[in-house]
Amino acid sequence: MSHHKTEVRDLYYVYPDGHKAINGITFKIHHGESVGIIGANGAGKSTLLMLLMGVLFPCQGEVLVGEVPVTKKTVPVVRQRMGMVFQDPDDQLFMTTVYDDVAFGPRNYKLEETEVERRVHEALEMVGILHLKDRAPFKLSGGEKRAAAIASVLSMKPDILLMDEPTSALDPKSRRRLMKLLDGFEHTKIITSHDLDMVFELCTRTIVIKNGQIAADGPTKELLADAELMDDCGLEMPLALQGCPVCGRKNG
Amino acid sequence: MSNIMNSIFDIRLLDDLARKETIVHRIHPLVKFLTTFIYLIVVVSFGKYEISGLLPLLIFPVLIMTLAELPLRPILKRMLIAAPFVVGIGIMNPIFDHQAVSIGGLSVSRGWITFLSITLKSVLTVSAALLLIATTGMDKLGSALRMLKIPRLFVLQLLLTYRYISVLMEEVSRVLRAYAMRSPQQKGVHWSVWGSLAGQLLIRTFERAQRVYLAMRLRGFTGEYNTGGYPGIAARDIAYMAGWTVFFVIARIYNIPMLIGSLFTGVIL
Ligand SMILES: Nc1ncnc2c1ncn2[C@@H]1O[C@H](COP(=O)(O)OP(=O)(O)O)[C@@H](O)[C@H]1O
Ligand SMILES: [Mg+2]
Repeated sequence: MSHHKTEVRDLYYVYPDGHKAINGITFKIHHGESVGIIGANGAGKSTLLMLLMGVLFPCQGEVLVGEVPVTKKTVPVVRQRMGMVFQDPDDQLFMTTVYDDVAFGPRNYKLEETEVERRVHEALEMVGILHLKDRAPFKLSGGEKRAAAIASVLSMKPDILLMDEPTSALDPKSRRRLMKLLDGFEHTKIITSHDLDMVFELCTRTIVIKNGQIAADGPTKELLADAELMDDCGLEMPLALQGCPVCGRKNG
Repeated sequence: MSNIMNSIFDIRLLDDLARKETIVHRIHPLVKFLTTFIYLIVVVSFGKYEISGLLPLLIFPVLIMTLAELPLRPILKRMLIAAPFVVGIGIMNPIFDHQAVSIGGLSVSRGWITFLSITLKSVLTVSAALLLIATTGMDKLGSALRMLKIPRLFVLQLLLTYRYISVLMEEVSRVLRAYAMRSPQQKGVHWSVWGSLAGQLLIRTFERAQRVYLAMRLRGFTGEYNTGGYPGIAARDIAYMAGWTVFFVIARIYNIPMLIGSLFTGVIL
C-alpha cells in the first residue's frame, strides 16, 4: 500500500532564533513499519515530528505523506492520517472527561454522534481504560493518562502513529503495559525515544539522529548493538544487549 | 499530593459538579442559560432601596442547589471571591446617604438600606451564575452560547480563558513548589525574586498554552468547540423555563412578603 508511505526529502529546518535544528534529513517509511527515532537530548527528534505533522514547515526540502506533500493547504488531510501522541499527556488532555477528550477529534471531523460513540468506545477498549471514561483526565495516574492520550489519537483512526518519548515518566509496570499495547497495533509507528530497550523491543528499524542529521539508519538489532555508534551519538546500548554484570553473558 | 495549589483552590471542582446526573443537570443547557439570564435581569431591575421584594427570589438558587445535590460550602467559598468588590461598591452608600427613613417604626439610614440591597442582589446574581456553571459545565455553556448565534470567536475566547486558568494555576504551583524546596526557612516569596518568578511563570504558561492549543489543532480543531449533539429541547425543558419565568415575573410585580404580611393583618394592598 504505497499511499501510506511517509517520505522525507532533504529536510532542513532553522528555528526563528537561528538555531539549525534539522540539517538535511532524508528517509522513507513504508506502511506497517515501526521505526524508532533515537538521539540525545536536543538532537532534533521532536522538531522532526513537528515537521512531519505540518506544525512546522521546512526551510528546504519536503515531507510527503502518502504521496501528498505537507503544505498549509494539505495539512487538514495529513493530520487526519497521522495521530501524534505528545510527550506530556497533560498537554493533550484538555476536556473535562476522558470520554469528551477521546471524542474531541472525531467530533471536529463532524462525525455522527453514534459513530463518535462507537469510536470512543473502541479506542478506550483498545488501550484498556473503558472503565475510566467518565473520569476527569487530570485525576488519572501517569500510565492511565498516557493511555487516554493514545486513545484520543486512535479515535481518529490514523494510519500512522507518531509518538514523542512515550515511555518517559512511566513506572516499570505502566511502561511494560504500554509497550505491549503498542506492539499490538498494526499502524505504521514512528516513535522517538531514548528508552532504547523499548525501541529494541518494538521497532524493527531505527534511525539515529545527531545534531539534526541522520547518523545511521538500519535494522534496530544491528544499530543498537553498535557500541561505538551509540556512544558517539550520546546514547547507550540497551540493557538487554549489555553484558550481564553478574555473569558477563549477553542475551538478545 | 503533586498539585498542592490545585487542592487548595480546587479550580476544577465546578467541572466535577457539572458532571452529576440530576434533574437540574439534565435540563437543556440553552434553557438553563436563558432562565438564569432572565433571573439576572429581574434581580438587577429592582430599585436601589428594595430588600423585601428581593427575598422570594432566593428560592431560585436554594432550590437549584438542593435539586442538583450541590454541596453548600464550596459554592459559598466561591461566592466570597466577589465579596470585596461588592463591599467596595456598596460601602459608599452609608457614608454619603444619611437621610433617615422609617421602617416599621424604626428609623434607619437610607444608605444602609442601599448597601443591603446591593449585597443581596450580588448574592443572588453571583450564586445564580455559579450554579449555572456547576449544573451545566463550561463546555456545554459554550455550545449554548453558540446556539444563540454568539460569534464563534467570543465563545472560544471564553472557553479557552476558562481552560487556561487551570493551566496557569498548575504552572504557579510548580514554580512555587520549586522555589519553596530551595528556600525551606522562608514563608512566602522574597520580594527580590518576584520579578524573575513572574517572568518565568508568564513564559511557562504561554508555552504550555501553546502546546495545548497545538494538541487541539492536531486533532482537527478549527475554532468550533464540539461537545456532541443534544436531543433538542423537550417539553420538560420548556416547562422548566416557563415555570421559573412566571415566578420571576410575579416576584417582580408583586411584593410577595408584603402581600403575605397584609393577608395576615387583613388589609390587602
Ligand atoms: N522553539 C525553539 N526555538 C529555538 N530553538 C529550539 C526550539 N525548540 C527546540 N529548539 C532547539 O532545537 C534543537 C532540537 O530540539 P528538539 O527537536 O526538541 O530535540 P529532541 O526532541 O531531540 O530533544 C535543540 O537544540 C533545541 O534547543
Ligand atoms: Mg523532544
